[in-house]
Amino acid sequence: MSGIAVRVRRIPRKGAGLGLVAWLAGIVFFLPIAWMALTSFHSEQDAATNPPSFGAALTLDGYREFFGAGGGASPWPSLINSTVASVTSTLLVLLLALPAAYALSIRRVRKWTDVLFFFLSTKMLPVVAGLLPIYLFAKNTGLLDNIWLLVVLYTSMNLPIAVWMMQSFLAEVPVAVIEAARVDGARLPTILGRVIAPMALPGIAATALICFIFSWNELLFARVLTGVVAETAPVFLTGFITSQGLFLAKVCAASLVISLPVLAAGFAAQDKLVQGLSLGAVK
Amino acid sequence: MTATTTAPVATPSVHPHKHEPSARLRAWATRAPLLPALIFMIVVTQLPFVATLVISFFDWNALYPDARRFAGVDNYRHVLTDADLRNSVWTTILLTVTVVLVSLLLGLVLALLLDRRFKGRGLVRTLLIAPFLVVPVAAALLWKHVLYNPEYGLLNGLLHYVGGPQPDWISNTPLLAVEASLVWQWTPFMMLIVLAGLQSRDPEQIEAARVDGASDWQIFRHLTLPHLRRYLELGALLGSIYIVQNFDAVFTITSGGLGTANLPYTVYQSFYQAHENGLASAAGVLVVIGSIIIATFALRVVSSLFREEVNRG
Repeated sequence: MSGIAVRVRRIPRKGAGLGLVAWLAGIVFFLPIAWMALTSFHSEQDAATNPPSFGAALTLDGYREFFGAGGGASPWPSLINSTVASVTSTLLVLLLALPAAYALSIRRVRKWTDVLFFFLSTKMLPVVAGLLPIYLFAKNTGLLDNIWLLVVLYTSMNLPIAVWMMQSFLAEVPVAVIEAARVDGARLPTILGRVIAPMALPGIAATALICFIFSWNELLFARVLTGVVAETAPVFLTGFITSQGLFLAKVCAASLVISLPVLAAGFAAQDKLVQGLSLGAVK
Repeated sequence: MTATTTAPVATPSVHPHKHEPSARLRAWATRAPLLPALIFMIVVTQLPFVATLVISFFDWNALYPDARRFAGVDNYRHVLTDADLRNSVWTTILLTVTVVLVSLLLGLVLALLLDRRFKGRGLVRTLLIAPFLVVPVAAALLWKHVLYNPEYGLLNGLLHYVGGPQPDWISNTPLLAVEASLVWQWTPFMMLIVLAGLQSRDPEQIEAARVDGASDWQIFRHLTLPHLRRYLELGALLGSIYIVQNFDAVFTITSGGLGTANLPYTVYQSFYQAHENGLASAAGVLVVIGSIIIATFALRVVSSLFREEVNRG
């Protein structure tokens, strides 16, 4: 008990100063994003002043411009493509990873750790190592600029992470419950869908969010393999790389809108994020 | 690491009990749920790499497909002797090491700060995670146009108020400009991993040390740091795997100019713009070899953490 009493006395005194340092660090790291948000609500003239204007009038012009009001390309097709690619590939990942994780955690196949490490090893293969053959294959089969090719590639990009995460979540489902279902005559699809999935739902949701984030963010595949039709949101953003000062508010509005789904998903899954990103090695 | 180097895949071997079809059937039934994922991964990730390996031995410019011929190790010799390509190897190493070390150190400090209780800790944590959640291209655009711009960027704007110089960041220090934006994006990742490590410490052990009169520094030096070692290793190695492959920041902020082209960007450029399929493939294979060296360590770290987890369970 005395130990607890000591801690209660210590922390308010020493923690206050360091808490302030932490606040300062948080503000410094968040400042660029806050500034981006503020700039997105400024007019282009106010956005491009030196020194920067903090109190300029707020307007939605940047957002109107981004959504194509000024005659520029509309971002909607790219936002829809990104949504289709991210959501479909996430569903495919879950469909493939759930049975695999079952075989690696509940009905263990022999050498299951080796299989698990094979999945991880594919994640360490740099994207550029396979990009050219995939490009040539797409070109020769007419799959270039086709969103479904990206769906397949994003599925392969996220499957290893999903298998790792899900096997650690499924390992926590009590075996007795699964045995009981099997005794009752349930077959694998029923066991997976009716028994395991509901119990591991928070873990499955976290896995899905992380796969969604990675697919939404991906640039290299999308840049090389898509063009006019299948362009994704990050590729749309590359259109701003050489843009000059007059489009600053529009650039900020675009960056913010396209980051919004990831920010929302990431904040929702903060705790599970680290586990997913460290491939399930850290809990 | 690729399957072509180790391939620790449980290949369906002939089951010893040949005369017991039910046993064989059961073994296959156990394996069946795994196969779709396994086959999918082999087809989509391993086959293209094998193709890259094959192409890397050909002299093949996509604009002159008829002139394609077997070139042996010429592409590799070219990649290793070409000054631009050698520079991009050096840039890749420099970029990766700098970003990983700086963001790891900052992440450690921030995690230690956030491990203490203070008012608004949840909110500060959310603010600190945010940079990692901005789409990488958007983050790179933010740094390029909104922060670095010499005329109306925020950095020079703030310098203006204190009467400092107004440098052109990207032209003057291009690699540093790319590195700073990546450190900003990756520090939260490191912080999250170290924070997970800090929260898995045994509180009783620390309390006992404190009762025995250990100072905060002694506790950090002799208890916390050894415990964090593998989490720091994990952060460094996973960070390296992602940052070695960085394309978005280099492509967006400098377009590989001013000596900032790393290997992924160079590979992209040599086949997408120069159409040199053979050279691009050879460079790609070299990236893989570099990654295998890092990955071997990474897998060792992950597997030691993993084994601990399995033994505990």
